[in-house]
Amino acid sequence: MTVSITSYLLVALILFCIGLYGALTKRNAVAVLLSIELMMNAVNINLVAFSKYGLHPAVSGQIFTLFSMTVAAAEVALGLAILIALYRNKATVNVDEMDQMKR
Amino acid sequence: MTGEFAAFFILSLLTIGGAVFMISFTRVVHMVISLGITFISIAGLFVLLGADFIGVAQVLVYSGAISILMLFGIMLTKHDASDEGTGRKWKNRFILLFIVIVFALLFWGIQRTAWPASPPPAPATVSNAHEIGLEVFTKYVIPFELVSVLLLVALIGAIIMAKKEEDNE
Repeated sequence: MTVSITSYLLVALILFCIGLYGALTKRNAVAVLLSIELMMNAVNINLVAFSKYGLHPAVSGQIFTLFSMTVAAAEVALGLAILIALYRNKATVNVDEMDQMKR
Repeated sequence: MTGEFAAFFILSLLTIGGAVFMISFTRVVHMVISLGITFISIAGLFVLLGADFIGVAQVLVYSGAISILMLFGIMLTKHDASDEGTGRKWKNRFILLFIVIVFALLFWGIQRTAWPASPPPAPATVSNAHEIGLEVFTKYVIPFELVSVLLLVALIGAIIMAKKEEDNE
């Protein structure tokens, strides 16, 4: 019994759906950021799986994964900086209370 | 049951289990810890797929840097932050229904597609890191340099965002 590409794609799909649910329902901004990271990781699993089991196996998928990891790290750093600035001004970390632009 | 299948089973179980615990915990610190387990297991999956370099980078960047950064974010904002959810049952059910539909569609697509039969494993003449290095510094050298500029911009942007505003009004 060997592991096929479908198994990896299914694991990535489940991770993506869990991350999507967390990003849409969580209230704490840190939890929302964590869920977005989970979704990015699911995409990375897909890229690496295709780089081994795809129609044309090549190392390009792994290089795309490296780039997307870099972007994810930059995104987390900026997201937390924005969160800290917001917390200093509004003293809240809940996303549904950050509604200054709605008024 | 081969060793590869057993490793895949355990690693994917840990991955999905950590993610499910992340959703069900209410304390944010617990969420970060369980997501750390998920990140390490995903690194194991990468190694299983023959991408050793990506696995090590995953451990360094995700379970090292990003988890610690999240912990800093929690400690700098609310120490005992907890997440009770939005409390709107109707909205949560609607979101759950939407995600179940997305899952079903993608699952159907994955099962229906005829994936190419797994190719014979190519004889590894050079190591994985060597291969990635060759590609990055020949074919992808311009994206590589652009990514370094992006990291610099993100570093400066994060410092400017998070630093105290001077009240010069």
